[in-house]
Amino acid sequence: MAVASPSKVMTNVEAVRSTLYDALKRDDKAVILGEDVGNRGNVFLITKGFIEEFGPERIIDTPIAEASIVGIAVGMAMEGLRPIAEIQFADFIYPAFNQIVGEAAKTRYRSNGEYTCPMVIRTPYGGGVRGALSHSVSVEALFYHVPGLKIVVPSTPRDIKGLLNAAIEDPDPVLFLEHKRTYRLIKDDVPDEYFTIPIGKANITQEGTQLTVVSYGLYAHQSLEAARKLQDENLSVEVIDLRSVRPMDRNAILDSVRKTHKLLIIHEDNKFGGVGAEISAMVAEEALFELDAPIRRLCCPDVPAMGYALPLEEEYMISTDRMAEEMRAMVRF
Amino acid sequence: MAKAMTSTGEAAATLERYGLTDDQLRAIFRNMLLQRQLDNRGFQLNRQGKIPFALGSEGHEAIQAGAAMAFKRGHDILAPYYRDLGLAVGIGFTPLEVLLSLFARAADHNGGRQFPNHYSSRKIGMMSFSSILAAQIPHAVGAAYAIALRKETGRAVLVTFGDGTTSEGEWHESLNFAAVHKLPIVFLCENNQWAISTPLHQQMGQPHVYKRAEGYGLPGESFNGFDPLATYDAVRRAMERARSGSGPSLIEGTCYRFLSHSTDDDDRTYRTREEVEKQRAMDPVPRFEKILIENSILVAQDADALKKDVLRETNEATDAAEAMPFPEAKDLYTNLYEGAWEPWQ
Repeated sequence: MAVASPSKVMTNVEAVRSTLYDALKRDDKAVILGEDVGNRGNVFLITKGFIEEFGPERIIDTPIAEASIVGIAVGMAMEGLRPIAEIQFADFIYPAFNQIVGEAAKTRYRSNGEYTCPMVIRTPYGGGVRGALSHSVSVEALFYHVPGLKIVVPSTPRDIKGLLNAAIEDPDPVLFLEHKRTYRLIKDDVPDEYFTIPIGKANITQEGTQLTVVSYGLYAHQSLEAARKLQDENLSVEVIDLRSVRPMDRNAILDSVRKTHKLLIIHEDNKFGGVGAEISAMVAEEALFELDAPIRRLCCPDVPAMGYALPLEEEYMISTDRMAEEMRAMVRF
Repeated sequence: MAKAMTSTGEAAATLERYGLTDDQLRAIFRNMLLQRQLDNRGFQLNRQGKIPFALGSEGHEAIQAGAAMAFKRGHDILAPYYRDLGLAVGIGFTPLEVLLSLFARAADHNGGRQFPNHYSSRKIGMMSFSSILAAQIPHAVGAAYAIALRKETGRAVLVTFGDGTTSEGEWHESLNFAAVHKLPIVFLCENNQWAISTPLHQQMGQPHVYKRAEGYGLPGESFNGFDPLATYDAVRRAMERARSGSGPSLIEGTCYRFLSHSTDDDDRTYRTREEVEKQRAMDPVPRFEKILIENSILVAQDADALKKDVLRETNEATDAAEAMPFPEAKDLYTNLYEGAWEPWQ
């Protein structure tokens, strides 16, 4: 009888915390820097107690200055440290745009490999938490256009551990996006042992034959829930959790579309120029004649972000019922 | 030192050499000559239609040769900007490497990817940087943090920038962070009084960058950036302070950009010839030559021999670099990520 390897049930936020803790234990070169990561232990208490254990030299409470949080991490990475920079909320990442896009992403390329930038930028993103205009945005589409970056959008505690370990190990800069609604909502078993999940590898969370649904983050959970509901109606939906948006697992998407012949992309970021636009263009280029229905994208509306008032947030976010409805319509097309 | 620079007959008695040997003084002078020669070469090659672009650092010879003399090769880290030809050459970047950058050849450190003057060399501790002003300042601070965290005493970072860069937010953020953590770093402003076409008075409310040091709780100091020895002294003291764990400094040398911003700029459109000529009269290269001769550190024939030698070296580097191959088209695709990756196209 096989003995199950030891594991613990934890939430997404606990998975971030325990993975960071292990990384700091494992490697003296790892440092965390950001706003309120030390004394406060991060606004979600992810790094609570770290400063006592690892010291203020490695758990750095920075001034409120996002461009230099990232910029200083770039310099640390160029000179041999393994910085894990935190942007307190993804909405605050804009001042650091040049340091991420113009500097971190280009360090290896512009020096032709002489200097590299092995660093992680972690940030909580996404809505459904009454975060209003400036504590709820999705930022992946602003960055996934950029060669030189890797962008991870994990949805489960296990994926967080495996992908955060991979990101910290990665010799190139990784933007690690944590959906804050999933922080305490999602709970699952996580192996105790060290492991990585390759960046750029999607996860097929449910196999199916009549429709491919591609999603990530919070909506990876809701789309799976919707697809399960449809099983009771004898509708068979394949659900892909992308886990990374750059590099993106094109083979997983194409293989699935060649099997189901229909594609629905669901994401919280707004539709125009979003990740779904790239996926639909790629499928149209590579597998148009496999399709039995037009590609559909179910995305949040083209407004800057969800409002603070509950009706405004509810109107912005996509309910599981709406996802199920859309899936039904596509299967029956 | 200003006294030595402005004096004539009495100069021999008053030359403050800050402990530098005759050989070191001659090395500073040679660096200044080499900068001038290499700088001119970039513009010549552009006017000959051989290269699409060059940037000049003429007028920065003294500040860069002096600063380079205070840099400890093999220990310190330099985070330069794109007008630092003399600093690069002064810390060990060779004329051939400069010409490879100008010609964008495959053997260039960045394989012909970057604009000329965007030098980097891991070997001599010169960090890679982009054209985005002030973006390299936090990188330098991060490097200084790494040095401090590893308790590598006796090392410091020298980060350089022009007056224009000091308007950027990242410049402020970086000084503030370095001051909070008392990092081993020196912020050296090469104030050449122009940000392309924008003069100092349109860039800042008062013309002295070093005065901002007090606001960060740092020592600040200014010196004559046309004087290589005053520069050496200020940079050496600041670097020693940083290396010994006493924290950062903000120092500023005033110099002047004699040429247009680049080969694509024409400074006649925004500043008078009278202003440029007034500054030319203080050209640090012939002035330092005069001082060395007056103090019998150099004889006139030696000066001529040095000039011939840097011309020869520049010519040889030019011919050697020109004869080398460009990168190949396939080189566009390398060194984006480590290892193999599949471009999405």
